[in-house]
Amino acid sequence: MAKPQVVIAGIADVPLENGIIPGGASDLEIQARTAKAALEEAGLKFSDVDALLTAGLWGIPGPGQFPTLALSEYLGIRPAFSDGTNIGGAAFEAHLGHAAMAIEAGHIEVALITYASTQKSLRSRDLKGRPAVLSLQFDTPYGLPYPVGAYAMVAQRHMYEFGTTSEQLAEIAVATRQWAAKNPAAMMREPLTLDDVMSSPMIADPLHLLDCCLVTDGGGSIVVTTEARARDLKTRPIYVRGYGESQTHLTIASMPDLAVHTAAEESGKRAFAMAGIGSDAIDVAEIYDSFTITVLLTLEALGFCGRGEGGAFVSGGHTAPGGSFPMNTSGGGLSYAHPGMFGIFLLIEAVRQLRGEADARQVDGARIALAHGTGGVMSSGATCILSNH
Amino acid sequence: MTEKPLPTIDPSSRPFWEAAKAHRLAIQHCEDCGAYIFYPRTTCTTCSSDRLEWTESSGEGFVYSYTISYRPAGTGFKEDVPYVVAVIELKEGPRLLSNIVTDDLESVTIGSEVRVVFDDVTDEITLPKFILTKR
Repeated sequence: MAKPQVVIAGIADVPLENGIIPGGASDLEIQARTAKAALEEAGLKFSDVDALLTAGLWGIPGPGQFPTLALSEYLGIRPAFSDGTNIGGAAFEAHLGHAAMAIEAGHIEVALITYASTQKSLRSRDLKGRPAVLSLQFDTPYGLPYPVGAYAMVAQRHMYEFGTTSEQLAEIAVATRQWAAKNPAAMMREPLTLDDVMSSPMIADPLHLLDCCLVTDGGGSIVVTTEARARDLKTRPIYVRGYGESQTHLTIASMPDLAVHTAAEESGKRAFAMAGIGSDAIDVAEIYDSFTITVLLTLEALGFCGRGEGGAFVSGGHTAPGGSFPMNTSGGGLSYAHPGMFGIFLLIEAVRQLRGEADARQVDGARIALAHGTGGVMSSGATCILSNH
Repeated sequence: MTEKPLPTIDPSSRPFWEAAKAHRLAIQHCEDCGAYIFYPRTTCTTCSSDRLEWTESSGEGFVYSYTISYRPAGTGFKEDVPYVVAVIELKEGPRLLSNIVTDDLESVTIGSEVRVVFDDVTDEITLPKFILTKR
């Protein structure tokens, strides 16, 4: 029997007002709401779900220490396969790969991937490092603002090795804002100039405030199933063509090479090989943008340009609306929303683009999309390649 | 003022912090493949050996990368901003996170040579930090 074709059959996210969920909602409620909406979009019910995959930072200490148990109980489901893999913001690209493997193995048929965060409402976000225990006892005592300081050291090293400039990093923030201007759901839609970015307050040299992602609430869900099952469903199925993941370190001093996103190089290679295509086949790219430098290193790592060429690649509005490389079309973590782990929204936007549902920001004729998540302090990478045919 | 976070010493890390208290920078050396290792571990990340011995680092190295932090990592660091956090590459090879102690932030560059100094922050805890040795 041939391996079943894996498809995304439903997506949903919660609307935000100024980065907050209007009326408020708990992390569990957000996930239940978006899961129900994503299943309904596909024409499915909670009783159809046989796999649950989730990652988050809610309810810790507490129910969030066992997130799949907490969520299965809350939703009233009994998954035959569960996955709480947490590799940071890339977790959801990894989850999609894991769900696909379980479906291809014939072990499950309908997988639900969920995420929620209320970090803005709870005002829980700060730059404080993590508890100085185990491997972090050699890290946290030195006061590196977390995670921005680690990304700043990555940027500093990239600038040193390749001559990358603050202006080139600012190009990414400016282009992303132009996409956000076309997305009514984006938090920041006012036009931005290179000078605005470079004159914004320095947070951790060389990263300015506007090199950094937003801090918002948010949540979303994705339903994954087989092509055969999706045939009877309501939505246009989006095919999972390739996936790959990798991870290299937890603490920034252990990153193999601070000027290279090694995890993304490895995850990208695996995903492209599985899909049987090259980087030139990608019509629209959703690249994790926790910081501008994250994008630059990822573009190089995925082979969209050579090592050290990222600065030139993003210059001149190349990734902006009307440019030849449509990227981060929702407005990304820099201008749309960033609830702490953005990876699920990369997949949701890629699906919207491939379905042709992206309205004013629709990339004409988008047939193949890439979503790449990056987690931790450039610690992990997970790449998914999707198509609408 | 809120206190800064201090390392929670555990049985595996105790020799490192004891050495720091005596103003020595202890790193591990693999008896099988010869790799130097930081932070302290049980097995070699290069060859899987568990024959790791403590040795004293030269305490010399260079700045592999750094940032000048204008925002504190929590209230404990509020009075220190701006301050330098750096990844130091020791002569022996391993990299570690630390601070560059300097009044002249502009003088810190990638490649700057550094040597270890010891900051006795409490009776129990001494943090290895670094100063520039050549401008």
